[in-house]
Amino acid sequence: MYSQGLIGAKTDSAEDQAFLDAFQKRIDAEEKIEPNDPMPEGYRRTLVRQIGQHAHSEIVGMLPEGNWITRAPSLRRKAALLAKVQDEGGHGLYLYSAAETLGVSREEMTEELLAGKAKYSSIFNYPTLTWADIGAIGWLVDGAAIMNQIPLCRCSYGPYARAMIRVCKEESFHQRQGYEIMMTLANGTPEQKEMAQDALNRWWWPSLMMFGPHDSDSQHGDQSMRWKIKRFTNDELRQQFVDSTVPQGEFLGLTFPDPNLKWNEERGHYDFGEIDWDEFWRVVKGGGPMNKERLAARQKAWDEGAWVREAALAHAEKRKARAEAAKMAAE
Amino acid sequence: MAKNEIPLWEVFIRPRNGLAHKHCGSVHAADEVMALQAARDVYTRRGEGVSIWVVPSAAIVASDPEHKDENFEPALSKVYRHPTFYKIPDDVGHM
Amino acid sequence: MEVSRDHLVTFLLRLADDHLILGHRLSEWCGHAPMLEEDLAMPNIALDLIGQARALYQYAGEVEGKGRSEDDLAYLRREREYLNCLMVERPNGDFAHTMLRQFYFSAFMHPFWEKASASTDETLAGIAAKAVKEVSYHVRHCGEWVIRLGDGTEESAARMKAAVEALAPYVDELFETDAVSEAVSKAGIAPAPASLRSSFDSTVQRVFAEAFLDMPETAWPQTGGRQGRHGEAMGYLLAELQHIQRTYPGAVW
Repeated sequence: MYSQGLIGAKTDSAEDQAFLDAFQKRIDAEEKIEPNDPMPEGYRRTLVRQIGQHAHSEIVGMLPEGNWITRAPSLRRKAALLAKVQDEGGHGLYLYSAAETLGVSREEMTEELLAGKAKYSSIFNYPTLTWADIGAIGWLVDGAAIMNQIPLCRCSYGPYARAMIRVCKEESFHQRQGYEIMMTLANGTPEQKEMAQDALNRWWWPSLMMFGPHDSDSQHGDQSMRWKIKRFTNDELRQQFVDSTVPQGEFLGLTFPDPNLKWNEERGHYDFGEIDWDEFWRVVKGGGPMNKERLAARQKAWDEGAWVREAALAHAEKRKARAEAAKMAAE
Repeated sequence: MAKNEIPLWEVFIRPRNGLAHKHCGSVHAADEVMALQAARDVYTRRGEGVSIWVVPSAAIVASDPEHKDENFEPALSKVYRHPTFYKIPDDVGHM
Repeated sequence: MEVSRDHLVTFLLRLADDHLILGHRLSEWCGHAPMLEEDLAMPNIALDLIGQARALYQYAGEVEGKGRSEDDLAYLRREREYLNCLMVERPNGDFAHTMLRQFYFSAFMHPFWEKASASTDETLAGIAAKAVKEVSYHVRHCGEWVIRLGDGTEESAARMKAAVEALAPYVDELFETDAVSEAVSKAGIAPAPASLRSSFDSTVQRVFAEAFLDMPETAWPQTGGRQGRHGEAMGYLLAELQHIQRTYPGAVW
């Protein structure tokens, strides 16, 4: 979003206490930080990591849903799904651009992803097995993403906040698209209802895992909150998600795969069971059912696209040389 | 940026005639033709604009935030540049 | 001159199938494009094609008068009943193949829609007026890629040439004339395909000149799509397209 040449130049600024305090004062005063502004190296690194992960999640996230575009059961659903998956590509693009203002290129970030050094949301390492999964992803996964993303619109880093505003605006149809699919299935034939229930059973826990580890186990949580990169903790957002999603599921006449899920009058929130953290860490570290396939698909697109990108650059050079030659001849 | 990377362009969109082009994001493209098409395909999918500008990111010159005070603070004290500085009786009517 | 209902329905289905099948092929790229910008550009084109297909199927269903919906027509016919030309069902191949296929089809459809926007059939004229704007962008976008790849690196030029060779047998079918196309053009509903050849050729020549590509001689043009005789790849495409509709007959989605 801003010139790469202008940014990240001052990453070696002396970070004495006075510098850090002055920076914190700006954050506390709700001032936005812009690309050229002096910032602590840790702030920059945290943002590069977080925005990069976020962008990768959008791009890898195109794959599980893309898996059903050619099989969408009606032309209306096909168009909506194609537009939604395309949006995700767009969101990845906005986010890479936001990260690029911090002095790291899209190519570098892509290479990190492909080398397995950068993470992406672990939810996309689960397979989409039936059409109902497309409904469940829209309803649950996009629902969880929105919980995360709305507070990010107020993130202290200007380009990230602006990208998120655009993302949230576009994403508003995604969850509704998914819920409408679930509703159609839940009100459909017994087979369709079963399909919807099966999808909810498989996607519920991974959706809760999207909010990350417990606050007590989160490495970067506190500092990110102080810097107002994050506004709510993982557990707060997860609770918010459960509270708003459970009534929606009940409206569908579906059940949640958690015997401990029940309304707690005293807390004013739903209680819910413990996440299988072994599964969470296994999938994060690469052991999910689809980790290898997802990265292989990205690698393949990257490798097979190389000659196209090279050709575009080569052609641009030729075009430029010809334009210059024509100009010289005219003079 | 490494030599073989596809350059970055800044995208400006005019939402409708009568309004100025506004910065809305960036795209990667090898040349200006590609940049304009990419900007169209990425940033106008929901009818956001009627005209697009693309500018190579490298061509933008920005002021240094270190010079923020000397650049912009002197303007803050020049209150006589604003109409409210001048007292005109209400009887004169709108001016 | 009046056109028979059968002729009009067949004509509309041919056109709708062209758009659906090509949109299907193009949507296979979603998430796998050579660069992110193109991952947005290709679905834009695919969405235009699917939108056009929907309008055409709806109208075909209306004209037919048997109560078939757009989805009945798109999903629930047998392979021999699909009437798209062979070019649109060709597998994607590499990016050069995909862009050239799209360019050819768009270079054909552009003059088609231009003429059809003055159709004696008001519904078709309406569809055409919208489509002509969409397809002029497709010509431009894909034409630029043909040029860029043809005049890019040695590898891209070789791939572009290979694409031209591979798709050459499927060009002539676009311009085929038969009783259906004749009846429709005589009634002033749509242009005769053969009448679009010179416009197509000049678009292709202009782009090929910049791309350093030659139009090959096609000794063995292929045909059959308009009669529902397709290539071997078509069955797999339909198996995917129809998967859910066939597995759960009668369900609403």
